[in-house]
Amino acid sequence: MLEMRRENLLNAGIALLLLAVPLVAWAIDETYYITVASRVAILALAGVGLNLALGFGGMVSFGHAAFFGLGGYAAGVLSHHAFEGSAFMSWPVMIDGSDSTLTLWFAALLLSGVVAAIIGAISLRTTGVYFIMITLAFAQMIYYLAISLPTYNGEDGLPLYLRSNLPGLDLSNDLTFFFVCYALLLLAIFLSVRIVGSRFGAALECARQNENRLSAIGIAPYPVKLTAFVLSAMITGLAGALFVELNGFVSPSILSWHLSGEIMIFVILGGVGRFYGPIVGAALFIVLETVIGGYTERWQLFLGVILLGVVLFARGGVIGLLAGKARHD
Amino acid sequence: MTEPLLVLDGLHKSFGALRATDNVSLDLAPASIHALIGPNGAGKSTLIAQIAGSLKPTAGTVRFLGQDITALSVPKRAQLGLGRTFQVSSLAMAFSALRNVMLAVQARQHATFRFWRPVRVDRSLIDPSMAQLERVGLKERAHLPVTALSHGERRQLELAVALALEPKVLLLDEPMAGLGGEDSLRMTEVLTGLRQDVAMLLVEHDMDAVFRLADKISVLVYGRVIASGSVEDIRASQEVRDAYLGE
Amino acid sequence: MSAAFIFEQLLNSLQLGVMLFVMAAGLTLVFGVMGLINLAHGSLYMVGAFFCAWVAGETGSFWIGLGAGLVAAAAAGAIIEMLVMRRLYDRDHLDQVLATFSLILIFNEGTRWVFGAQPLYLDIPDALATSVPLPGGGGYPLYRLMIIGFGVLTAVGLYLLISRTRLGMQIRAGESDREMIGALGVDINTLYTLVFAIGAMLAGLAGALVGALQSVEVGMGEPVLILAFVVIVIGGIGSIKGALIGAILVGLVDTLGRAFLHQLFALALPPAEANGYGAALASMSIYLLMAIVLAWRPKGLFPVNA
Repeated sequence: MLEMRRENLLNAGIALLLLAVPLVAWAIDETYYITVASRVAILALAGVGLNLALGFGGMVSFGHAAFFGLGGYAAGVLSHHAFEGSAFMSWPVMIDGSDSTLTLWFAALLLSGVVAAIIGAISLRTTGVYFIMITLAFAQMIYYLAISLPTYNGEDGLPLYLRSNLPGLDLSNDLTFFFVCYALLLLAIFLSVRIVGSRFGAALECARQNENRLSAIGIAPYPVKLTAFVLSAMITGLAGALFVELNGFVSPSILSWHLSGEIMIFVILGGVGRFYGPIVGAALFIVLETVIGGYTERWQLFLGVILLGVVLFARGGVIGLLAGKARHD
Repeated sequence: MTEPLLVLDGLHKSFGALRATDNVSLDLAPASIHALIGPNGAGKSTLIAQIAGSLKPTAGTVRFLGQDITALSVPKRAQLGLGRTFQVSSLAMAFSALRNVMLAVQARQHATFRFWRPVRVDRSLIDPSMAQLERVGLKERAHLPVTALSHGERRQLELAVALALEPKVLLLDEPMAGLGGEDSLRMTEVLTGLRQDVAMLLVEHDMDAVFRLADKISVLVYGRVIASGSVEDIRASQEVRDAYLGE
Repeated sequence: MSAAFIFEQLLNSLQLGVMLFVMAAGLTLVFGVMGLINLAHGSLYMVGAFFCAWVAGETGSFWIGLGAGLVAAAAAGAIIEMLVMRRLYDRDHLDQVLATFSLILIFNEGTRWVFGAQPLYLDIPDALATSVPLPGGGGYPLYRLMIIGFGVLTAVGLYLLISRTRLGMQIRAGESDREMIGALGVDINTLYTLVFAIGAMLAGLAGALVGALQSVEVGMGEPVLILAFVVIVIGGIGSIKGALIGAILVGLVDTLGRAFLHQLFALALPPAEANGYGAALASMSIYLLMAIVLAWRPKGLFPVNA
């Protein structure tokens, strides 16, 4: 019980810290750090998505960049068409571009969800190391598809000139944009908490621990896992849409397998199956990139060494170190 | 004479040249305990796996409540009312005892795809689960994680989970295995108390327990049923003595 | 479309296939014996290519370079086995993925540190820089034929190693039962280091040989690694035979897809669009192959009972 309380306190601290950084940056007029905080919030959101599949469902997806990237492309391509004044497609139905934020988010959720349903339906027939490799391979397929399709500049990607319109808010203001990302992040964590605590979550966590047990009591694991996989992908896809807006640019690099690895790193650094873990993981990652990257171009070398150390010697991640083992009572 | 609940008809299972199950036919009457005995490697667990659905037989049929279930998956069979316990305890290890049972109650209610309401405060899951835990004598231990339970308690929990499904038939794969004298006695009592509600197919090495519980015994050797009959028949059978009891 | 062109494409498929086999064989061997999924296998490929190019540049001899590439990859493999992999055998796949992903980051930056950011170039040895005439006209580079030869030699060598030697017996024993090798009186640590080094050397061989066909640069092992994953997933993870069949299949589908799909599309579409869609579908073709195989057989074509 004491550990539970400690984790709750820690979580509140983490959430407040992430909120404080851009506010301080805004107060002292260091606007660069507002963008950094938005990056952390967005990458953490991607991690929250993966955590649902990996941390709670035990599905080690090495292809979540596919959903991040698809969400990004869905938003990027529609806003590109809106800027150009052209249609996304004219047959069989007419779909115009859009500069409405909610439409872009909806498109990102829809596309990543539908593709995740297809990839998941095939990949979840397998388990263990096959699942890892297959999710990786499917993500590569989408990456190469994005590179080889000439319509949206292939490898070079698309610049986006304007942020989208969210009624009542001005997203081109960096601080406002951060608040929107932050709100979505907390919403996603709240949804994860509810889902994991629900009946569905109980079945999902049982599927992770012991699939035979779940079958033996009459719950087929496959639909449970597939549903979680799709939800997980949609959250990550939404993060992709925000990421593209933040950068004003969409290219196949947001589909690359390095990014899949990095999203996984956010989850592991923070602590697998800890709701606020991805925030810690993403923040650490960005801090390392910014701090070590300030001294040397070789910061990925140090990242590699640190990550190796965490995997070999500190298995619960940062939250595990600070708050003790996870509880499932 | 009432219809048997479970009927195996000419089951065969081969792994390459090895015949793990060789033309096994048996049935299980309502409110009865049918014990399956035999030496190690006789194919008892393989047979249980075919009834529960985790292994597909090479030939033959499994009928349950008059329905051919040979092609059904494990979850489908469980939903029809075929419960089981595993030879080696197979539970959600990170969950508490209570949550293991709650999951079974939820499965029984066919209400898994609900995403919002926390199970933690769901009386419709907690109350029936506590009742099952009490039935097997684990009420005091409900909130402990499975990892903190003793071996014997895990066997009791397995049974509570299976009972929470309100099964018509229970497949019990060595429920006494590894239990000390007291735990074993307690398990025998619990099973005796259940007999009126649920028919059981019991795989067990503990012959005292088998002779005390079973209405009918079948002896499996090298995948074949070499004898089947009442406790007295089996005790008296020279063939069974030679093949198994006499060893 | 001439017969010579088709023949040339078939040879190209075979060349890609055998290279993928050499790469995948090491990966699947390590998984089969130690149960380890090693993402850093592509880094060993890169190490082989870099040392081959560097030594060949210094000495002027491709063959000395090739030897150096093999030794460097095997040594790098033995070192990471002793320092890192050994701690991962009993861990779950997630830990293995993350640890070996970290190794990729370390290898990539380390290589950039040692060799610089510029790519190296490796020349085909003069004696092999010619073409062999193909039936039906045209020619095929002798060097690529040699690669096919190396691949076939590797396949035969692995077959003999595993079926005919004492080490092979230990490997087979290790695949079925770890305790049994202990019972055979084999030092399991030495065996694992040796198996890992052999796998690493195969990756180094593939890297060095392919290094002469493209530029030698940081990250060059990663696309190949993922192709090798596709190969062993199709073949059945842990099966050398599966790796061979899978590699040939992937080589065929990828090469022929790139060569012919856009021509197929051109029957129905204008040339520019046909090229675009053809290229897009070709780049997806091996993943579609994988999806079809897995939908049909979730444990690959030659599943290994683990």
